[in-house]
Amino acid sequence: MHEDPLIIGGHEFHSRFILGSGKYSLKLIEAAVRDAGAEIITLAVRRANTKDKENILDYIPKGVTLLPNTSGARTAEEAVHIARLARELGCGTFVKIEIMRDSKYLLPDNQETVKATEILAKEGFVVLPYMYPDLNAARDLASAGAAAIMPLAAPIGSNKGLATREFIQILVDEMDLPVIVDAGIGRPSQACEAMEMGVAAIMANTALATAGNLTLMASAFKQAIEAGRSAYLSGLGRVLPRGASASDPLTGFLRD
Amino acid sequence: MDNQYFIDSAYLSPEALAKKHRLETDPSSRKNHMKYLPGMEQLQSDVCSRVMEQVSSFDYSRYTARDVKAALEHPHCSVEDFKALLSPAAEPFLEEMAQRAQRETSRHFGNTVYLFTPLYIANYCENYCVYCGFNCYNHIRRMQMNMEQIEHEMQVIAESGMEEILILTGESRKMSSVEYIGEACRLARKYFRMVGLEVYPVNTEEYRYLHSCGADYVTVFQETYDMVRYEQLHLLGAKRVWPYRFDAQERALMGGMRGVAFSALLGLSDFRKDALASGLHLYYLQRKYPSAEMSLSCPRLRPIINNDKINPQDVHEKQLCQVLCAYRIFLPFAGITVSSRESASFRNGIVKIAATKISAGVSTGIGDHEQKYSGKETDGPQGDEQFEINDSRSLNRMYEDIEGEGLQPVLNDYLYV
Repeated sequence: MHEDPLIIGGHEFHSRFILGSGKYSLKLIEAAVRDAGAEIITLAVRRANTKDKENILDYIPKGVTLLPNTSGARTAEEAVHIARLARELGCGTFVKIEIMRDSKYLLPDNQETVKATEILAKEGFVVLPYMYPDLNAARDLASAGAAAIMPLAAPIGSNKGLATREFIQILVDEMDLPVIVDAGIGRPSQACEAMEMGVAAIMANTALATAGNLTLMASAFKQAIEAGRSAYLSGLGRVLPRGASASDPLTGFLRD
Repeated sequence: MDNQYFIDSAYLSPEALAKKHRLETDPSSRKNHMKYLPGMEQLQSDVCSRVMEQVSSFDYSRYTARDVKAALEHPHCSVEDFKALLSPAAEPFLEEMAQRAQRETSRHFGNTVYLFTPLYIANYCENYCVYCGFNCYNHIRRMQMNMEQIEHEMQVIAESGMEEILILTGESRKMSSVEYIGEACRLARKYFRMVGLEVYPVNTEEYRYLHSCGADYVTVFQETYDMVRYEQLHLLGAKRVWPYRFDAQERALMGGMRGVAFSALLGLSDFRKDALASGLHLYYLQRKYPSAEMSLSCPRLRPIINNDKINPQDVHEKQLCQVLCAYRIFLPFAGITVSSRESASFRNGIVKIAATKISAGVSTGIGDHEQKYSGKETDGPQGDEQFEINDSRSLNRMYEDIEGEGLQPVLNDYLYV
């Protein structure tokens, strides 16, 4: 296959599937990473803030890029604090900013996220902000130094698919940064559809955690994401809204 | 009033006994339970009226199987749906409710189950709550641990691998001052990742102080939301003031706590109304403080020292399960804690459906962890238990059992920021 790397903050990846780690058995993480073909895995810093017994970090295979998230942060200041702690814990320089002021839907706070992005990007972090798909906020995040943006497809854990499709499409069309769809993707077909739209990668957690067979689902996502990417690169064929096109063109009367 | 709760101790003086009997039999001898005592902060909050309006008009006999089916079909559970799920009409749909609840739990929490343990640091109490083992007229061994004793207990618990602790006291401001509790929190921060409090309700600024000492979660049981019944059960002491207790969670959040927990003690009054009130208390407070983390507990009455007749009345395991499923469907984002008052088999089953947190290695006595954890006889002083626990599994055993159920035990998912 031709080279089609995903580049985030100068780092090159060949998988476009970012795996979550927080909602299933620690013992399944290694198999999930393998069957998903994932090169990046997210983890909550607060989950890794633990003693020796059963630290989630011990279950993540070597060679996989850690993407620690700041879940639990309610303000930019708290997110910055958690990101710095992640670095101290040896989680590398990548950070996914999650700032929620809502415990019910866990919707991200774009304004605070922009503030935290600016601070952390200046400190040398590769910042991937989780965001509500808003073009103005996305531009602010880009100016603040984000390495990619991670808009949500639907409320986290909802498995509802591309509820924000039109707005994600706008981000794909307008932003130069990689757009990684995060949250809400419940099925491989939805992941495939997002990839066909031109998003750079997919992040999923609940969809796998709630599957009957987690590793089989990981592999299904991998294939769907690859299929969607290939379809996007190949240029999708014409899709007509309904019926067929007129065989006699309306403009056939025009002379050269 | 039924007097299954009234036990006279042979150790009480004739004067104390006379006062106790007067409180039990003569309502005019008791203070107004709706009137704040000096020093109690009074909030201007509409949460209480919103909750109690719904509760007083809740006639669960008018819900039918049709309402229950509709509630189970709706993608979002409304307040009306929640009421239908709590009604007797929902009892035949327990399996369907459990399946829906399981889906919601799994979406929001995956397959994780959080573990914690309570640490009682004192059992002195100034209240006469007739169903409670710590009540001031109950003859039990009283104790308040000093900081050295508390630290020793914490070391023993921390060595077992536990990372989350819930500090409890009997409700005596005099014996267990806010500063005393604060010092215990500071110690707990050394040994545990997460520190919660279940102590007498305090004012906003006191919650702020306790937060600065390292506590971030506050649990207050309302016991019963039925004000008339509450008055008959809480005969003496600051706890008697129902509205001050109701607003405790709000004061805790105003004081900077990250999360709060709610509960009614099922079996004290009409459990369906109490369950509705607990759920709505959380629901309306979450709307007011959207960033706060919220959770529910669902304790049932248990026997106490000197009174083994106390029981959860009409709240059998099926009813408890119904309440928990209704909580989960109505409040998919809320934590649900099931304590060691329930049996091992119930807890093993309910973590697969609705519960997200359970206790392990539990003692509700004072200063007895070393003996309980190591089997070592100690000659140190001990205080008696608040109630009889049912599930006495250790942390290790609980960890293995949860894994055996295909779930992931989690010791910590929290940072103090």
